[in-house]
Amino acid sequence: MRALLHRVLPHILLLLGAWWMLMPFVWMLCTAFKAPSEIFEASLWPWPRTWFGVSHFLEVLKTAPMTRYMVNGAIVCAGILMVQLLVAIPAAYALAKHQFWGRDALFLGILGALTIPIQVTALPLYLGLSSLGWLNTYLAQMLPFFLSMFAIFLLRQHFKTFPDEIIQAARLDGMTEWEIVWRVVTPSARPAIAAFSIFSMVAHWNDLYWPMIVISSTDLAPPPLGMLLFATAESGANYGALMAGATLITAPMVLAFLLARRRFIQGITMTGFR
Amino acid sequence: MKTSAHSVPTRDKPPRGGWVPIGLAIPATVLLILLYVIPIICLVSLSFTDYELGALEIRWIGWNNFARITQDAVFLRSIRNTLLYVALVIPTSVLLGLVIALLIHSRRATRSLYEVVYFLPVTSTLIAMATVWQFLLHPKLGPVNQLLLQLGFSSQAFITDPGWIIPTLAMIGAWQMVGFNMILFLAGLSNIPRELYDAAAVDGANGWLDRFTRITWPQLGPTTLFVVITTCISAFKVFDTVATLTQGRGESEVLLYAIYLEGFQYFKMGYASALTLVFLAFILVCAVWQLRHWDRKVHYA
Repeated sequence: MRALLHRVLPHILLLLGAWWMLMPFVWMLCTAFKAPSEIFEASLWPWPRTWFGVSHFLEVLKTAPMTRYMVNGAIVCAGILMVQLLVAIPAAYALAKHQFWGRDALFLGILGALTIPIQVTALPLYLGLSSLGWLNTYLAQMLPFFLSMFAIFLLRQHFKTFPDEIIQAARLDGMTEWEIVWRVVTPSARPAIAAFSIFSMVAHWNDLYWPMIVISSTDLAPPPLGMLLFATAESGANYGALMAGATLITAPMVLAFLLARRRFIQGITMTGFR
Repeated sequence: MKTSAHSVPTRDKPPRGGWVPIGLAIPATVLLILLYVIPIICLVSLSFTDYELGALEIRWIGWNNFARITQDAVFLRSIRNTLLYVALVIPTSVLLGLVIALLIHSRRATRSLYEVVYFLPVTSTLIAMATVWQFLLHPKLGPVNQLLLQLGFSSQAFITDPGWIIPTLAMIGAWQMVGFNMILFLAGLSNIPRELYDAAAVDGANGWLDRFTRITWPQLGPTTLFVVITTCISAFKVFDTVATLTQGRGESEVLLYAIYLEGFQYFKMGYASALTLVFLAFILVCAVWQLRHWDRKVHYA
């Protein structure tokens, strides 16, 4: 009896927790495919009796530019990630493998800035962008995130372990430092770069605070802001369409996670910074 | 093999061209100044002014903004709410993360399945999922209240009742953070050497609880501290759920939402800057704690 309890109890607890984790996803999907009359019945069993097909999804796509939001999200995430890597990789290499004037000051600055979240610099950045007339642009959405302290910090750690002998050999072969950065050192950090890319994409796909401040036009809104605008417009009445919208917006990251589980878990947790 | 690369100081083999490394670091340096140094100087300066967006003149008002904070009932409530939120989220998400990690760690066949299930909320878009929670907790249509009714309790206004809203937000916050903390604990658990358990068994520690208190818990010390600090920092940043569920209604203001309203809805830039500095102070306390912990890990681990 004791042995049986010992075997079964962990699973019971884990399944209870799993129910808490999954319930929102199950309800979201079931409600998105349920007829409106059934939604208002408020039953404990989420499974639809009659399937409503994709009508809720069509309604969302008709009333809100969901595809536009997704495209905006993709543009912003890709833009941020590209610049982050272009800036961070050479800087991390210089910090890891070179001695130069101001190096320690720069590294201290980066460590310090690592602790400053966007919510702190948002106000002056907003004023700056506003006086330049850059509000409501893709650039305004991306600019504050072009410098990723975390990418520099992470890649510097990585590059430090790269053998100096190989760099020396590359120099003797006549490679410039610029070529060494991209053709010798960067390939060695591919797993770290992949993990960081996932971290960056997830963070910026899901970010609401900054877009809410600089974007007021639906044409430029990323998915979270789009969802907020849509939810406000529906004012909580049409749950079928709301759940369909939520499904559309959550789907890309959740699907990507299910396809690349290990890398995702690695990418998001190696950071500790959210 | 590592030593040969590290024992030679880098300056003994000067890289060609002293300007080259500076050039490599210049984009990052410029961005650091533009995106952090200048904004923070501006933020601190603004916090001593009465600047409002669109105002024609700025007046230097000394410490007035900070004096006003102590009289600002809404902002003081937002501090209290945030502290309550943090105080609820940390134990819930850290303890559950630990328990789940302990339970999963000894699974073989089902481990990766549970990992996926518990990590799913971490990757999902919180705004969208908050809308789903709003539906789940709906007083009439939501299954949570249906269950309460069927069990003989009365239905609760989880989102509109001022007594419920912060615990509700904390439940959603913990829901999103548990999986993250679980993964950190799992990493910590797999770093504990097996021999420690064998040695403890020789010493007579056989029970599950005995092994946990003698080995697992002390060995997880650094991990636990790290998990608590990161949870603390992200809990202070609670915003998305408030923006979706209440927009600050029903006395549910939190720090960031109050700052957002003052700065970007009422455009009281000077006052909002002062509020931001209060927020920054909370974050820095956590961050300094974190840096000290890193330091210790480097020296003694």
